[in-house]
Amino acid sequence: MTIDVPTSRSHRSLPQLQPISFIGADGQPTGVPTDGLTIPSDRTLLGLYQKMVQVRRFEAQVTHLTRQGRLATYPSAAGQEAIEVGATTALAPGDWLFPTYRDSASLLTRGVPVTEILSAFRGDWHCGFDPNEYHTSPAATPLATQTLHATGYAMAAKLKGEDACTLTFLGDGASSEGDTHEAFNFASVWQTPTVFVLANNQYAISTPLREQSNATMLADRAAGYGMPGIRVDGNDIAAVFAAVTAALERARNGEGPTLIECLTYRMESHTNSDDPTKYRDAEEVEHWKQFDPIDRLEKHLRTARILDDATAADITASAEELATSVRDAMNTDAEVDPSELFAYVYANPRANLATQQEKLEAELATAAQP
Amino acid sequence: MTVTTATTAEDAPTPVSVTMTKALNQALRDSLSDDENVLVFGEDVGRLGGVFRVTEGLRKEFGPERVWDSPLAESGIVGTAIGMAMAGMRPVVEMQFDAYAYPAFEQIVSHVAKMRNRTKGKVSLPLTIRIPYAGDIGGVEHHSDSSEAYWCSTPGLTVVTPSNPADAYSLLRDSIASEDPVIFMEPKSRYWMKDELSLPVQTAPMDRAQVVRVGSDVTLLAYGPTVRTALAAAEEGAEHGLAIEVIDLRSLSPFDDETVSASVRKTTRAAIIHEAAQFGGYGAEVAARVTEANFTHLSAPILRITGFDVPYPSPKLEEYFLPTAERILDALESWDWEL
Repeated sequence: MTIDVPTSRSHRSLPQLQPISFIGADGQPTGVPTDGLTIPSDRTLLGLYQKMVQVRRFEAQVTHLTRQGRLATYPSAAGQEAIEVGATTALAPGDWLFPTYRDSASLLTRGVPVTEILSAFRGDWHCGFDPNEYHTSPAATPLATQTLHATGYAMAAKLKGEDACTLTFLGDGASSEGDTHEAFNFASVWQTPTVFVLANNQYAISTPLREQSNATMLADRAAGYGMPGIRVDGNDIAAVFAAVTAALERARNGEGPTLIECLTYRMESHTNSDDPTKYRDAEEVEHWKQFDPIDRLEKHLRTARILDDATAADITASAEELATSVRDAMNTDAEVDPSELFAYVYANPRANLATQQEKLEAELATAAQP
Repeated sequence: MTVTTATTAEDAPTPVSVTMTKALNQALRDSLSDDENVLVFGEDVGRLGGVFRVTEGLRKEFGPERVWDSPLAESGIVGTAIGMAMAGMRPVVEMQFDAYAYPAFEQIVSHVAKMRNRTKGKVSLPLTIRIPYAGDIGGVEHHSDSSEAYWCSTPGLTVVTPSNPADAYSLLRDSIASEDPVIFMEPKSRYWMKDELSLPVQTAPMDRAQVVRVGSDVTLLAYGPTVRTALAAAEEGAEHGLAIEVIDLRSLSPFDDETVSASVRKTTRAAIIHEAAQFGGYGAEVAARVTEANFTHLSAPILRITGFDVPYPSPKLEEYFLPTAERILDALESWDWEL
């Protein structure tokens, strides 16, 4: 009597060791094997460059406003612009994005207005935008929980025969959460059209990757769930965009989910209330500056004569314009309406909420009397 | 007990003996038939029909794209159901046993309960989470928990529990049709309880409590598994000249203040009965809010007759733990009836 054993694997077992990268830190071609991916056109790259410049200016402006006390807190994605912009831009309008708290830049790329992106951090409402309008879920704060929402949404799209794919971001810290593993497994078993973009920025607040995982690389985990996993240089937007585009194409063809690990570095602190000097050296941050995603793309585009001084100046000006609009928006006080505390909790109205609302309104009326 | 049927007397089918399991099964079947967006998935709910057979035959009838077995991970089940609801579906998921819903706690309290409020009503999550709960079935550890207090103390959730087959059918249909997410708690020990009825049946609205026995001396507030216990106590009390009114709460959140207050103002005394431990339990909220609303009408403090403040015991000890009719009547005797 014999036991049936598989004779081959459904996917190649493990990703290549060298992260896929088209454009090196020096702006030159890397020559790294690209696993069948093709570099985006220079025209596409120029568009991505412009968005990255804007996103970086946005992150800097919002971080500055947070230091001034205009926002309660802000988790910046500075240094991770290639992932935010590259992955989000690859989505079709009908696809759904499931971001986290560090992905404001992806919301900006998705077209969500600045005030609606920042309402969570400004403190006027948890989610400031209409998810259905932007095909974008509220940014999830509890780590990894959104990976399951992305899987479920994709399952529904598949069952309904709709074309929509889902893309969700997660980090190296979130990769330890149980929900991440459940999402990888459900997505692969159900073959949902889902792309998991894992931004490995080396730190979960203060905990370094080596204390987070003993895997050779986080993309290795995909093999255990029977889905393809690849690792790209997360600071090379050409690689991120190409990998996500290919994964979305697979998903749309009914070939199921993909895990894409993007190697990067969190240039800023976790949030403004963090003190990174306690857990990492200034030299390490300096070291990573040489791998900057914007600098290298600028070098590439200038070498290819796609970007000249005049275009660069236009792009900088558009980023400054965005920064001005952020300042203007955040320097006015957000209006809040206390009655909204009760307005949306339930679709079916509740007597106890109505009573509590009446009490609050009576309190406010009394307080308003001279 | 009496129920009103949706059909008129002339065309009503002859009532037949229906278990709660069968009533739940029929509610799922009818919901799946009426709305193509209804989906049923969870652990072993497909081929096996669920460990309690509540979903029996549904996969065969509606196919594996509507009713299917999921991987064994409760957070995954609820988390993916959230995504499906965002895409316009009405998922009905099963947590195999009360204590096995705990891995899904974060998804339920952080997302199921909060999504609608978080998005100013733009994203509702019309999903139903079925949780078989409570004991008295000789279950080993983790198979007899009463977890209602956790869900009831979370704003954004609706929590209902039937005590009989007719309500099981009606409340489950209403829960699946609700725009709000519902924690639907099924009392395991009543799964095999039978009533004569014809399905479909529409009982009271899902947010209302029901007076299931009229009395004038004291009001017993019960739900799910303890309704039968309260009715038994009322029966026995009657033999001793005590006219006990029994209310089946049905909806734990929201709480039907109106029905309960009307009864308590009539009887002036009340006790709440549940299997879950007493400290910080659902009965504490009931006693407090009923007292606040009716203090001057009460002639005695509201009693809580509940499980002890200990973990749910092993099968051979559960008879000492669970509230019984005798324990209820003993507790009522503790009141000074001369007041």
